[in-house]
Amino acid sequence: MTTSDLPPYPPIDPTTFDLIIIGTGLPASLISASSSAAGKSVLHLDPNPFYGSHFSSLSIPDLTSFLNSHSAPHSDENLTLTTRPLFSDVEISNFAPDLLDQHLRKFNLDLSGPRVLFCADKSIDLMLKSGASQYVEFKSVDASFVGDGDGRLWSVPDSRAAIFKDKTLGLMEKNQLMRFFKLVQGHLSENENNGTENGAKISAEDLESPFVEFLSKMKLPPKIKSYPLDLLLVKVAFLVSSCDIFHVNVDYFVLFSICRIVLYAIAMADYDQENTEIHKDLLKTKDGIDRLALYNASIGRFQNALGALIYPIYGQGELPQAFCRRAAVKGCLYGKNSALVTALMRVGVGPADASDFSAKGRGVEDSGSYKGVRLASGQDIFSQKLVLDPSFTVPWPLSSSPCEQMQDTFQVLSLSDDKVKVARGICITKRSLKPDLLNCLVVFPPKSLFPEQFTSIRVLQLSSNLAVCPSGMFVLYFSALCDEVNQGKKLLHAALDALLQLLVSGNSENSSTFQSEDTEHVEPTLLWSALYIQELTKGGQIGSVSSTPMPDGSLNFNDLLDATEKLFQNMYPNEEFFWETIEPENSEDDGGLMLET
Amino acid sequence: MHGRPRKPSKPEDAAASAAKAQKLRVLQSQFLHNHQNKIFTKEAVELSAKLLEINPESYTAWNYRKLAVEHYLTLSNSNPESHNSIFDEELRVAESALRQNFKSYGAWHHRKWVFSKGHSSINHELRLLDKFQKADSRNFHAWNHRRFVAALMNISEEDELKYTEDMICNNFSNYSAWHNRSVLLSNLLKKKANGFLLKVKVLPEYEFVHQALFTDPDDQSGWFYHRWLLDQTVKVDSPLLASSWPAHGSDVMLLGDSCPSSPFTNFHSDSGTFPLILYFNQAVEGVNSSTVLVNYELNTIKDLIWKPLSANKSQTAQVWVTQLNFNGVEPKAYSVEVSLGHSQGIISSSGFHYNHPSRFAFRVCVQLVEKGPAKGLGGDVILWRDENFHIYDAHSVESSSVISPDQLSIQNDHETTAFEWRTEAIAKEIDHFRELLSLINCKIGKLTLARLLMAHDTMTCQSPNKTFHLEEVLELYNDLMKLDPSHVQYYKDEHSLVLLQQVTSSKESLLRHCFHYRNLTSSHIGNPICVRLNNLLLSRVGSFDKLLWVQMLDLSHNELQSIEGLEAMQLLSCLNLSNNVLSSFTALEPLRSLKSLKVLNISHNEIGTHSIDTTRHLCSSPLSHSAGSEWNTGEIVNTDIDVKSYWEAYFILKDLNLTQLDIVGNAISGEKFKSLLIKVLPALKWLDGEQLH
Repeated sequence: MTTSDLPPYPPIDPTTFDLIIIGTGLPASLISASSSAAGKSVLHLDPNPFYGSHFSSLSIPDLTSFLNSHSAPHSDENLTLTTRPLFSDVEISNFAPDLLDQHLRKFNLDLSGPRVLFCADKSIDLMLKSGASQYVEFKSVDASFVGDGDGRLWSVPDSRAAIFKDKTLGLMEKNQLMRFFKLVQGHLSENENNGTENGAKISAEDLESPFVEFLSKMKLPPKIKSYPLDLLLVKVAFLVSSCDIFHVNVDYFVLFSICRIVLYAIAMADYDQENTEIHKDLLKTKDGIDRLALYNASIGRFQNALGALIYPIYGQGELPQAFCRRAAVKGCLYGKNSALVTALMRVGVGPADASDFSAKGRGVEDSGSYKGVRLASGQDIFSQKLVLDPSFTVPWPLSSSPCEQMQDTFQVLSLSDDKVKVARGICITKRSLKPDLLNCLVVFPPKSLFPEQFTSIRVLQLSSNLAVCPSGMFVLYFSALCDEVNQGKKLLHAALDALLQLLVSGNSENSSTFQSEDTEHVEPTLLWSALYIQELTKGGQIGSVSSTPMPDGSLNFNDLLDATEKLFQNMYPNEEFFWETIEPENSEDDGGLMLET
Repeated sequence: MHGRPRKPSKPEDAAASAAKAQKLRVLQSQFLHNHQNKIFTKEAVELSAKLLEINPESYTAWNYRKLAVEHYLTLSNSNPESHNSIFDEELRVAESALRQNFKSYGAWHHRKWVFSKGHSSINHELRLLDKFQKADSRNFHAWNHRRFVAALMNISEEDELKYTEDMICNNFSNYSAWHNRSVLLSNLLKKKANGFLLKVKVLPEYEFVHQALFTDPDDQSGWFYHRWLLDQTVKVDSPLLASSWPAHGSDVMLLGDSCPSSPFTNFHSDSGTFPLILYFNQAVEGVNSSTVLVNYELNTIKDLIWKPLSANKSQTAQVWVTQLNFNGVEPKAYSVEVSLGHSQGIISSSGFHYNHPSRFAFRVCVQLVEKGPAKGLGGDVILWRDENFHIYDAHSVESSSVISPDQLSIQNDHETTAFEWRTEAIAKEIDHFRELLSLINCKIGKLTLARLLMAHDTMTCQSPNKTFHLEEVLELYNDLMKLDPSHVQYYKDEHSLVLLQQVTSSKESLLRHCFHYRNLTSSHIGNPICVRLNNLLLSRVGSFDKLLWVQMLDLSHNELQSIEGLEAMQLLSCLNLSNNVLSSFTALEPLRSLKSLKVLNISHNEIGTHSIDTTRHLCSSPLSHSAGSEWNTGEIVNTDIDVKSYWEAYFILKDLNLTQLDIVGNAISGEKFKSLLIKVLPALKWLDGEQLH
């Protein structure tokens, strides 16, 4: 598409705003809604015909074109705002074109999956506080599992009810695990009450220690973790003297210990916590406890929710859209139309234009600083501040004052930090991972699939009851943090292979006729897949221009919300990130969240 | 709804409820007017619906609607369609009332009433119940109604069990669900009462409830279910004879004073009569001369009158007694055989028949009558001082003839095989809970372990390789008394019962408590063995089945508040209850059945201290129906004693034939009371250590 093909876009009136936001990703939408609620005049523009930018949920064709267009650099010398490729190595395969082609538009596939909300998440609180919750409905994720290399899934005993139901844990293990959860709960309520009851508090020393050490100290069922063989021998030699050899043999080889389940499937640690050499992102007990607390508070917060996790019906893309609607209610002006798609926006930097704007603007000091944008239609619009989608880079040096400090900030703004990437995958299948479950989460902890696996791989299966795919199909989202592309792809493939093994073996169990029949007639279990690598940006600010962060590698939105709140506070230090729009009692009343069962 | 904090009411709430009350008052008075004048117009009926929607607890309104329904039914002339619409409207009103308050008894009952009329389809009911049980899974009204609906729809117990399982899996802290499970299983077991089904159904339940108990031992609901399971496992349906007096193989001497032999099994009587006591393992009814045959010399004694020994005068009791009279028979040794269970008629309170025929035999030696003054007990004052008692030395005197107390109980061989899987199950439970308690300190876990150990002992007591855990159980109860002071009385009671079980468990242990009064040399038939159970911190007494032979019992210096069950000890002639905490005469009710009691010491108790008699509910009184027949007011009026102030004492003592009574050290004593005692107890020779007359 080019600009000339499009009908003339009606000019925007007024032409001056407090804030212009480009892109409707979740952080941008939050800033838009919060700024509007704080009384700022906001113009919110999106070059895409849909809401959500990198956080959107799209049909198969839209997703394909978005991934492809965002994995190649656009260069147009006319633009002072350039886009950069945030996706790379996109591999899309269609294994059942005949079947899928009828349904291509019936999918709502998340660009930033897998992602869920914890019932006690900040994002839920924010939705209730802002009133965005009225536009979204949620459903429970039925269960979560830990997967192993042999394609087996082990249920995660994450709650009282789950421990009760678990069939793999022994009675004493159940008791120990529940007591551990109670210890955590006791610690938290102690903190709240500042009481001195029972001394249930965890010591300050323990809080600073690595979480994995704390867990082993708690003797979370004797089978602590899978020791490397040489370490195990030492351990055996040590324990022989204490007459405990049988114990060692049985317990220390168990891969899926309670400890690992707590670390990776409840505290959702990204990196290997047990390998003492890497020491990357080692979770402290304090943080581990916080994550358990979030999980624990999530269970049972909503009466209809089965577990800790919920997912919005129609996909993640509903969330930014809900906040945009809140913003619109508060007076934000939306320019979201295909007329803007060409992203022909310019940073108006000419000193000639500055005269009429500087009269109002506080933040406009010198020529060369930001003062407005030029739209595809050719219209110039001015604002004090600009918030950009992460796919835009500002070729700042075109401004005349490239001082050192600014350059530093610019690094933050434009570059992905410390080279970490997220490997993501989307698969469409014909079968559920568990025949009796629709929506579930699977975590492959580090080292569970191959020895060099040093990050967790998380997989989310969603079904048609969330309106993300046609009935009879399932969508699987994969993600894992990685340092480089090949490593990321290897992680995705390993998890995919393990799960496919499960899907196939599950099938053969289900129907004996299946094996005898000619395999060519059998529909493939895997219908479609897309694997890609996504860059991570944290967002930042120089002067009056801010950039919002990309979707991160975690399972929920908490870190993104923190980053966004920080961004907002930098932009408007005197404003509250979301004034409460509803009465506080109502927002506490959890009935405010629509949850379907 | 459970687990919801109550919010403090706000001023606007008060205004709203005032407005609601105002509206209700208007509706209420209109409604009552309609009701009184039997106005059943459409408007009037609608008004009652409106009232019920606001206040589902208005029971009069539900009854009015029932009348209205009857009214319209007669009008509609058995037109089934209009019948249906009438009942459907009732269901709708009840449903909307339940939406207002799903714990409304009236609304649930009204629904039941509609279904009982048999015109409405019940198919919608389960869906409605699902909704209510989702809102509050513990709502017992809904569970109750569910049982009603399931019965009406003929839903199998198995299906309903599955439902309770699902509910428990969602949240195992659900008394109602566990309870329903026990009800369903009981129904299943009742339908096909056999041991195999019990084994198949009950054993997996242990596995299931363990998941709850071990996951969260602090949650009580599972423990309650576990206790029910334990009961099912231990429970013996058909009643059994636990022990008897005279015991199998024992001798009874009548009217003579020679033949010193074992005190446990032998008895001397001057009167020519002696009691025959049957001690069952549970309360039974139907003990009479046709269900229990007493034969001697090949004749059956026909006209025996069996009396139940129970506090509430019912015809059901654990202990039954009759008097055998050998007066005027030829002096010689007779062999007496008692057999029961040969025909049906003895039935337990839960409806099971005594169906294990059993017999026991003893010898009665009738000797020449020796004329002379009565000697022995009653003649001299009994002084309960330690120096008057000498340990009974079984070896030196009569060791050869002493029979172990085990022999007092009836052997029930047929039971041991049936107990095998049960014993195994209990042993497994014991292992599980020992492991749990090795990790955590859990009160209810300890209590359960104590109960399991006792159950195990009971079940293995007849097997050759029996093991006793009594020491461990006592230890557990000692722990519990410290851990859980608020229930200390219960633990004390249990501890007392276990301690007595331990004392009576073997010959050796029992002999340690057997004493002779005064000195060994006077060990003639009139000086029986005294069992001294003093200073044991007992708060309850038990193990009477092993103590039926005792004639002299010292329970002083304990913490007894009640002597419930003591009525079984029919041979008792001397009883020391001094220095306990008995708080009223009504607590002494069991004494009324002890016809041989001559010497009673109740000094230093708390009789008369408490203005409110907390044991009265256990005991008959002149105000209760059971005692009415015995209470002859005319008898009192004729005496000049102030019976009205002491009616409890009068009631207990008037039937006793005491020769010695010690009552000093109670709040009730005093000159006035003493004069009453002397009047009521004409045979009394010693009162508080002073000889009378």
